Amino acid sequence: MTLPYYVPPEQLMKDRAEFAQKGIAKGRSIIAVEYADGVLMLAENSSRALNKIGEIYDRMAFAGVGKYNEFEALRVAGIRHADLKGYSYGRSDVAAKSLANAYSQTLAAVFTESVKPYEIEILIVEVGDDAAATSLFRVRYDGTLVDEEGYCAIGGQQDELTEKMKAGYEAGMDLRAALRFAAEAFEAVEDRVIGPDEWEAAVLDRTNGRRMFRRVDAAEITAARN
Amino acid sequence: MSLDLPAGLPSNRPAPDASFLELLRSHNLQPTWEFGPGDAQTLRAPEATTILALRYADGVVMVGDRRATEGHTIAHRRMQKVYPADGFSAVAIAGTAGLAMEMVKLFQTELEHYEKLEGTRLSLEGKATHLARMVRQQLPMVFQGLVVVPLFCGYDESESVGRLYTYDVVGGRYEEDDYAASGSGGREAKAYLRSVYRDDLNEEDALTQGIAAIAAAAEQDTATGGPDLRREIYSTAVVVNRDGYTEISEERVAALSRDLVGDSE
Repeated sequence: MTLPYYVPPEQLMKDRAEFAQKGIAKGRSIIAVEYADGVLMLAENSSRALNKIGEIYDRMAFAGVGKYNEFEALRVAGIRHADLKGYSYGRSDVAAKSLANAYSQTLAAVFTESVKPYEIEILIVEVGDDAAATSLFRVRYDGTLVDEEGYCAIGGQQDELTEKMKAGYEAGMDLRAALRFAAEAFEAVEDRVIGPDEWEAAVLDRTNGRRMFRRVDAAEITAARN
Repeated sequence: MSLDLPAGLPSNRPAPDASFLELLRSHNLQPTWEFGPGDAQTLRAPEATTILALRYADGVVMVGDRRATEGHTIAHRRMQKVYPADGFSAVAIAGTAGLAMEMVKLFQTELEHYEKLEGTRLSLEGKATHLARMVRQQLPMVFQGLVVVPLFCGYDESESVGRLYTYDVVGGRYEEDDYAASGSGGREAKAYLRSVYRDDLNEEDALTQGIAAIAAAAEQDTATGGPDLRREIYSTAVVVNRDGYTEISEERVAALSRDLVGDSE
């Protein structure tokens, strides 16, 4: 009988993290920006059918970068989590914090226990009655949970985008200004012009009634940028 | 979906696809009521009474009274019997109130769950079929004397037409092309609608006739609540058309009801 090679745990975790980061770096990023009436999520995505941004519950949305099949499974699980909770208790009892925690647990368990970590990073957005009650949660491939304020980015160009937005972000923009701001950050980092059909955008907007999620189409993006 | 997610999130093991009902069942959380033999004779659950719906030129109007009864007594005066099912459909309930309200909540969650998972709304046909299945699953309760009979209507976006469906206790589904009523005062309400119905009614006339039919049923049937001017309790009325589901404001129903009883105050 041969003994398996000893791999120090530090090395094992480092290898896994590198593997996941490499996968995520290949994908395009997503930005979330708070504006006066809610939160805008913007991604570069040429597919009309395969969405990166989705509705979770009345005030909550999900965005994922990396391997589609992996974050799609998490999106579905999140909707189930939210609908089960809202059905068993009340609609206002469905909160982003508990969902973000659940995602964090799941991703941490996948990272340490399974053969291959997930090559994804996700964002959970919740819009409250005012800006102070709005949350942006970012969950990394290893389950690290980060609470952001005002704006944030996930994916390969996360650092560059965050840096770029830090310079120009102002609280209380309207939706058109937020669309311009986010699209310009993308184009500055990518250093090229991105066409109106290459965006995927959605908002959680307090003026939309109970279900605040709404997709923003190419025409609306074009109108805002002109 | 074969993935079994560890820790934190509900797993998707028994493959419920986009059905919320199946998801509940896979977690053993589906609503159930269990009885011993003979319990039903002594059981007195409040009953929701009269509901009706009629098609008009641009869609469907649905109206329900507000009374729930327990035997010969009034259990509730302000019960809601007409609900939005989703953005383009409405459901009204008659029969055992507790069961019916749970059925509506489950139906609403089911439609929204499907829409979020699949990124598109169920077709009107699909919604009506699913409701039939939910009624059918109540069948064991029917033998205990606990019956739920809903009315369902919606706007068919693919064909640009309002549709109306009725159900029987075993889950039979019937599409109606004019009007339908259910509950204890349903027969009187239908008799009234039969005499006034035309298929080219406009929204205002359809609403007026729907509210009048409930008032007519209340004249004959003690379990149906007519307009109560003293307590200011009026029927619930909704409209489903091209623009989706709209609840008619209480002031508008009140004004129509007052006109009806000749109170011009």
